[in-house]
Amino acid sequence: MGALQSLPGRPEYSDLAEKTGFSFEQIGVLHKRFKQLSHNEETLRRDHFNEIHDLAFNPIRAQIIEAFFDRRNFHQDGEGKVQEIGFEEFVVVMSHFRPPSDHMTEEQREKTRREKLRFLFNMHDTDNDGTITLEEYRHVVEELLSRSGTLEKETAKCIADAAMLEVASISVGHMEPDEFYEGITFEHFLKLLDGFEIESRMTIRFLNMDTTTLCK
Amino acid sequence: MLRCGYALFWLLGSVLLICVVSPVKGEAVVTHEGSHLKLSKSSHSNESQHGHSSNATGIPIISFKWHHVETSYLVAFWMIKEKKKYILPLANREVIEANHHVTSVIPESALLICFGFILGGMIWAADKVQTFTLTPTVFFLYLLPQVILDAGYHMPNKLFFTNLGGILVHAVIGTCWNAASLGLSLWGCQMGGAMGDLDIGLLQYLLFGSLMAAVDPVAVIAVFEQVHVNDVLFIMVFGESLLNDGVTVVLFNVFDAFVSLGGPKIDAAEIIKGIVSFFVVAFGGSLVGLGFGLLISLLTRCTKNIQIIEPGFIFVLGYLSYLTAEMLSLSAILSIVFCGMCCQKYVRANMDENSVQTVRYAMKAFANGSETIIFVFLGISAIDKVIWVWNTGFILLTLLFVLVYRFIGVFFLTWILNRFRLVPLEFVDQVIMSYGGLRGAVAYGLAVMLDENKIKEKNLMVCTTLIVVYFTVILQGITMKPLVMWLKVKRAAVTEVSLLEKLTNKMFNHTLVAIEDISGQIGHNYMRSKWKYFEENWMSWILMKPSARKKQDQLLDVFHQLNLKDAMEYVTEGERRGSLEFVRNENSIIDFKKKSESESFDINNANISNDHGVMSNTSRDPIPSVSLEMHEQTMKAVREAEAINAHHLLDQHLYKSRKQHRHRFSRSHFDINRDEKEVQEIFQRTMRNRLESFTSAKMGVKPPKTIVKHTQKEQQQKMPNGKSMDKAKTSYSGDEGSEGDSASGYDQSYMRATYRAGAGIENPAFMPDLDPMDLLQIPPWLAESELDSSMVALSHRAQVGLPRTPSNLRRLAPLRISTRSTDSFTLENIPDTQQMDSDQLPPPPPPRPPRDDGYV
Repeated sequence: MGALQSLPGRPEYSDLAEKTGFSFEQIGVLHKRFKQLSHNEETLRRDHFNEIHDLAFNPIRAQIIEAFFDRRNFHQDGEGKVQEIGFEEFVVVMSHFRPPSDHMTEEQREKTRREKLRFLFNMHDTDNDGTITLEEYRHVVEELLSRSGTLEKETAKCIADAAMLEVASISVGHMEPDEFYEGITFEHFLKLLDGFEIESRMTIRFLNMDTTTLCK
Repeated sequence: MLRCGYALFWLLGSVLLICVVSPVKGEAVVTHEGSHLKLSKSSHSNESQHGHSSNATGIPIISFKWHHVETSYLVAFWMIKEKKKYILPLANREVIEANHHVTSVIPESALLICFGFILGGMIWAADKVQTFTLTPTVFFLYLLPQVILDAGYHMPNKLFFTNLGGILVHAVIGTCWNAASLGLSLWGCQMGGAMGDLDIGLLQYLLFGSLMAAVDPVAVIAVFEQVHVNDVLFIMVFGESLLNDGVTVVLFNVFDAFVSLGGPKIDAAEIIKGIVSFFVVAFGGSLVGLGFGLLISLLTRCTKNIQIIEPGFIFVLGYLSYLTAEMLSLSAILSIVFCGMCCQKYVRANMDENSVQTVRYAMKAFANGSETIIFVFLGISAIDKVIWVWNTGFILLTLLFVLVYRFIGVFFLTWILNRFRLVPLEFVDQVIMSYGGLRGAVAYGLAVMLDENKIKEKNLMVCTTLIVVYFTVILQGITMKPLVMWLKVKRAAVTEVSLLEKLTNKMFNHTLVAIEDISGQIGHNYMRSKWKYFEENWMSWILMKPSARKKQDQLLDVFHQLNLKDAMEYVTEGERRGSLEFVRNENSIIDFKKKSESESFDINNANISNDHGVMSNTSRDPIPSVSLEMHEQTMKAVREAEAINAHHLLDQHLYKSRKQHRHRFSRSHFDINRDEKEVQEIFQRTMRNRLESFTSAKMGVKPPKTIVKHTQKEQQQKMPNGKSMDKAKTSYSGDEGSEGDSASGYDQSYMRATYRAGAGIENPAFMPDLDPMDLLQIPPWLAESELDSSMVALSHRAQVGLPRTPSNLRRLAPLRISTRSTDSFTLENIPDTQQMDSDQLPPPPPPRPPRDDGYV
């Protein structure tokens, strides 16, 4: 699994740093967090994630945890799910949320944008067929609204449907009578979220400082 | 109960007022002695006029009431007294606003000042003396609070708090920097002898610097409102201008105190006291505001029975927060800003929709009025011989320093901030931020408040302030828009409410929070989610009505909005088709065959493709021979007479079917809607009858016309259908004979369904939708009232026509896409309603289309 055998020194870090763009300090902090989550084991399993206290309130917890175990998010060409992940995978998944650096060419910016959107897309597209079908989308929306307590499942469904229809009208200008909208493809997804400044919004500030002690 | 509530609130309000008003008045008189004369005079006269009646009764509650009324009387009386002053500016604004052409080039604020010049000139010419000036009392106690309250109440909270760090840095440090640098540089220049002989010491210069430092929210709003820069930039400038007002006033007071103390007496202890008082004043003011905000929220939580006066609370208590802070010599501006910001969410949730609207409009009206008056008076004030003390060096240097230090300050602070910001502010943004440093009425108000005994050159300072204000508001205001264009500043995106975007956004926020949780970082998202959790579980619980709490989800809002839009477009679409389809279909008959062959539909022929969609539905119908039959009939019925017959026949049936089901109507539980529906129904029926009798009698054209157009439409719909059936005719020929009777029955239902699709207002096509029978099917235009009555009202489209499975989209998609709007989606109901209607028809069609067709 590519898990690091022992607490890695700088040389091992430099590979990761190159691959993910994190600084050494950030990788150090993340590594500490990794150890904390996995109770000093080499790999993380799903139940480790389930133990995270703050995550318990998150309505889309399941999707997010799955995203960590999804091969598509590891920057490799594989697909499917894994049972446990090592530190490298952990950091690679995290790197999707790195803020864009100041000096980026337009091309690089586009690339990060695509990567970030791909991550989001994969969270929806659970069966990895390249489209988000209505069923998949509905599922996500239901989960998303499940915590707000006031919306019934039926409403969530309606909202998902409405959104899907909206998508169909936006992304496909006109259709043949017998055609039907199968689902959101990645290209459509890109187009739909065009106005969404994802490269700057889907970011988290990774501190160099160790704050892990503060949160459980 | 109601009366009890009233009495309670009167009591509460009046007690509060008593607590506040009397000391404030005293305090105001003390602090603004000179300028307050007029006010106290008018209040005296007021009391002498109205005071007796209340004193005579001697009942406490009435005297309380008097106190409540007193303020309003005072204000109203004073307004009337100064009528001449105020009607004119407002009228001016009307003129200006009517002239959009001008305001697109020159901002309103600048125009208003120019009007002020003219007005001032007229007054000068008449009286030879300047009688009208903007006194600080009037400005700070009556005009400013309204503008600021409006700003606070309509503040985009999320945006504000996301950028709070940057705003605070600019507002506090930036303002201090501006004040200090301007004061020190001017002093340096005087030492260098650049300004001739002036009797101004270092402290006075600092005092002057502090009053010049504030970026004025009134001016900033007025200019930036018309420029539409991006959100972040706007909130940076606007938030800064709001908060730094508080800072400036504090700074001004501190330096004012220093000046009165005199140079030699100031030691380290005094300076530290000054700094401490700065923080106490700023934070104290904010806290007072928060307290009042919470109070308002709490009050609106239990004003269900007195909806009529609930909007009043916002204004009275908001104003009270301002006065209370002023009374405690805390920052009143900060107080009212935070009051507005704190209560907005709960007020909107708690109050009745009408009250919310009232508050919104009234607030805007007040703010607009105040703003107008402020700017016009700034203009009028210029025409006064007394204040014009010219000192070229002083004035020009002040202008220069104000501009230059603003740029330096903004760039330096942003440079620091950018190292911590996730999304750095760009260079052009910084330029606009610097350039947006407009000075306004606050500076002028403070300058007029200067004490002539302590500062010899007061008039020079007032004059300089005015010039700086004119320069920034007029010149910078006018050049702002071209500059924004030229620098290609990111403009505010015109965002359309899109459900998908909202959903993705929500998803996004949760994802970010989760990632922060997992990675163990404590960032913005973490804090925000914690706050949200706290807010939802505690604050909302205390401050919000239980019923309002449930409607909190924004997503639902968008959903409702979309539904509403749906409904509206549904109606307009119908209208459009009703009136235009005839023309269109003339062409489409010819084109149709081509169209059905070629795969690309173009936009102009969206209608046709729509028809095509309907056709493809019917072609899947299990009993196509029937429609074929009808098709041939209608082919013959191009002549109008037959069409009229068909229409009448149809009409009769429709009418009867409605009548039959009338009793079900009363069984429905839509208590609110029922009456409306009935009225609408009756109205439409009578209207239709009248129209028909009128047109057929007079012109004999119109009703047939509508019919013809529909039958024609049907023709094309069925033409290809018929064609295809022609080939298969042999196999169906048997059916044809046996189903002769039933065919017409079914056809009526079919026709009716198509009527619905291409409905105009004057034809009965919309009526089936009003059919109260199917409760499920809520007419789109009633959707709004529906929202009120039921907690989660499902939309028309969500309730009826939604595809249950993706495969169903197949059938529906072409329909909707063909009309090229999200909202003609309701059209997808056609197949479903068609079946429903066929059930209701008096002679129920034996070949009833299988119901499950609609729900595959």
